[in-house]
Amino acid sequence: MTPQLAIDRLTVRFGDAISAPVEFRGEITITIAREKIAGVCELLKKECGFDMLTDLSGVDNYGEDPRYEVSYLVYSLVHRCHLRLKVRVSEDDLIVDSVTSVWQTANWHEREAFDMFGIRFRNHPNLKRILMWEGYPHHPLRKDFPLAGIPTELPETAVDADSVRRAPMLGGPFVANSGTRSSIRREPRQYDTIAEQQDKLANPTKKESV
Amino acid sequence: MIQRLEKGFDPKVEGRDLIVTSADAAIGWVRKNSCWPMPMGLACCAIELMATGASRFDIARFGAEVMRFSPRQSDLMIVAGTCVYKMAGVVKRVWDQMPNPKWCIAMGACASSGGMYRSYAVVQGVDHFLPVDVYISGCPPRPEALLEGLMAIQRKIAQEKATRSMKKAGHEPGLWKPVEGPIIVRGEYAPKVKGS
Amino acid sequence: MATQHEMELIDSAARAQQAMDEGLSGEKMLINMGPQHPSTHGVLRVVLELDGEEIINVWPDIGYLHRGDEKIAENMTYTQFIPYTDRLDYIAPLANNVTYAYAVEKLLGMDVPPRCKYIRVICAELARISSHLLGIGCFSMDVGAMTIFLYTFREREKIHDLAECISGARFTTSYTRIGGLARDMPPEFAPMLRTFLKEFPATIDEVDKLLTRNRIFCERTRGIGVLPKELAIDLGVTGPCLRGSGVDWDIRKSHPYSSYEDFEFDVPVGAVGDSYDRYLVRMEEMRQSVRILQQALDHLPDGPVNSPDAKILLPDKEAVLTKMEELIHHFINVTEGVNAPPGEVYFSAENPKGELGFYIVSHGGGTPHRLKIRAPSFVNLQALPVMAKGHMMSDMVTILASVDFVMGECDR
Repeated sequence: MTPQLAIDRLTVRFGDAISAPVEFRGEITITIAREKIAGVCELLKKECGFDMLTDLSGVDNYGEDPRYEVSYLVYSLVHRCHLRLKVRVSEDDLIVDSVTSVWQTANWHEREAFDMFGIRFRNHPNLKRILMWEGYPHHPLRKDFPLAGIPTELPETAVDADSVRRAPMLGGPFVANSGTRSSIRREPRQYDTIAEQQDKLANPTKKESV
Repeated sequence: MIQRLEKGFDPKVEGRDLIVTSADAAIGWVRKNSCWPMPMGLACCAIELMATGASRFDIARFGAEVMRFSPRQSDLMIVAGTCVYKMAGVVKRVWDQMPNPKWCIAMGACASSGGMYRSYAVVQGVDHFLPVDVYISGCPPRPEALLEGLMAIQRKIAQEKATRSMKKAGHEPGLWKPVEGPIIVRGEYAPKVKGS
Repeated sequence: MATQHEMELIDSAARAQQAMDEGLSGEKMLINMGPQHPSTHGVLRVVLELDGEEIINVWPDIGYLHRGDEKIAENMTYTQFIPYTDRLDYIAPLANNVTYAYAVEKLLGMDVPPRCKYIRVICAELARISSHLLGIGCFSMDVGAMTIFLYTFREREKIHDLAECISGARFTTSYTRIGGLARDMPPEFAPMLRTFLKEFPATIDEVDKLLTRNRIFCERTRGIGVLPKELAIDLGVTGPCLRGSGVDWDIRKSHPYSSYEDFEFDVPVGAVGDSYDRYLVRMEEMRQSVRILQQALDHLPDGPVNSPDAKILLPDKEAVLTKMEELIHHFINVTEGVNAPPGEVYFSAENPKGELGFYIVSHGGGTPHRLKIRAPSFVNLQALPVMAKGHMMSDMVTILASVDFVMGECDR
């Protein structure tokens, strides 16, 4: 199996959707029509033995139409050969089928393409931002985004005070109440009944019976 | 009498087991020789920080080998590496959790000023949100330079008016010998040791 | 007369027994680990869903060191980007330099002299040893054996001395250039390297004796974090993680670059895919690197170190100062950069962490149109949920350390 044989098989199945191969420095690249990419990847994995997706990246060709490109680099461990697939997407309809169902590794790569370029992937299990924070409004690797950035609101911290749920204390780990004066009150005790502990929590000033 | 004494541990020994000095000097001496760092190791400088803690450069000589990753148990935050906006909130939160007295070293070019990453995601210096005491340049600074920065912090701690600041809320101690401007340590060269 | 009541005493032991009888399970906890945590090898945040001590689910959250390298690359010439490649996998900077240099040279379609290739092999293998030393040192420190950390760092200091001798900087070296190296090996480098190679195997043996058959170490790492073979390939995992899972694939053997075909070395492959296997693979890779270094030193060819094409590499300073043509080349090279042809290439090399690849799209000129860095740690971390499910909370630390990722290249 060589890349050329794989391309021949693809052309047999998909016909016009596969472009002529371009070779540069020993690497073969074919451009695929956007709708067929999932089918092409399935065929490559199942019949041609391309079992590893080495890289998936977006490219922004500002000024051309279609503006964006998604480039897939597939590799066959068995046959030791690479093949590059390209899909061109235009700015108004920025959505491509996800290939996560074919190679699981595409998951994070597609999230990164979404984060950096804004390219959406249909049927992606978890299409969220991965490198920038959740609410970031821009897509940094687009050519019209300046290198120094656009001032935005800073992200919420990784652990938000509101989203943390306090662990229940009843019967749970010891909790020391610093600030009460008597050391008997301060140190937690293992209570025999829940009612007793609740009683103690409700009436903190009641004297302890020895 | 106070003015005549050098600030710092300069004892006037009476007999064999009595040392007289000022409270500030004693407190400063104790604090500076047991500065427990909290390594906020973000990027490549963290590796040089680890190398400083390892056996060749041995930060333990300065009392600082106890790298406490818990902010509650540390005095000195060493921000080592690039701070990006996503991480900035976390660094600030950890800094807030450290109890007074606390000091901060910005280690490396990225922590001091954003370094060579003049990009959309990088905070151009942690002093945008942290009060930094010592800046160490270098990418990454040599471990000797980090030790020099630690010694600069030690000199600063020794000069603090500790007892006065203990009574105030917050920690903004005056210094007996005020330091002019930000303390910057050159990080690329191993500093010359006096007498060698 | 005393009355008799039947009382039910609910103390904690009885309550626990009651819960177990009824088959109640507790609520699941969501625990946040990181991004600042002593054992996460950098700023990685992991959200764990725990049922008691057992891990149900793991969500790694990255991006806390995203510095915008790829956008910066679009604004720099190829040579200006070399210092940024140092800081990708910042534990083995020499290896990244070598990979990037080969990637740009592939784009330009040029070759480098054999001496340069051998020296680059020496750099890459030293970086591999350095990275594995730190990996194993931090792995054992996380598992509990702190001594190994100090031993490995002592050896790393020797490698830092070697790097300082050859490039001037201990750590972030920026040693390679497009078309050659920054400078040739200084004469004191070879004897220093020979001394290192004589002393180093003793340290590997020492670490071996302390860890490999250690009862506690084996209990903590055997069977922990198993990554099955097919899943590893599907997830795109590369490097020691892939080889630990039983896949015999090493780019140095399957697509030899930089004259690796001249060297004789073996590639260790694990059997089960647990943390212990990954540890063994790294130990053996260090021994094989020593072999390669010995061969490279013994057969180092003479000759120039930089390729003679003056349009790509900066010409000799004396020529620049005296001749007109060289002066023009120097000026254009520094200001505009290397003139690359339009096209796109992907070059990958076997970095210590896995397959580091550079995908360069060029529209001509001195700066790349798009530079995508295929980082091994980015892909290896995707395997974390698979490896961690079903283990205990304290095994999470072992698994993270055995994957041996570095956030500099994961987040770029």
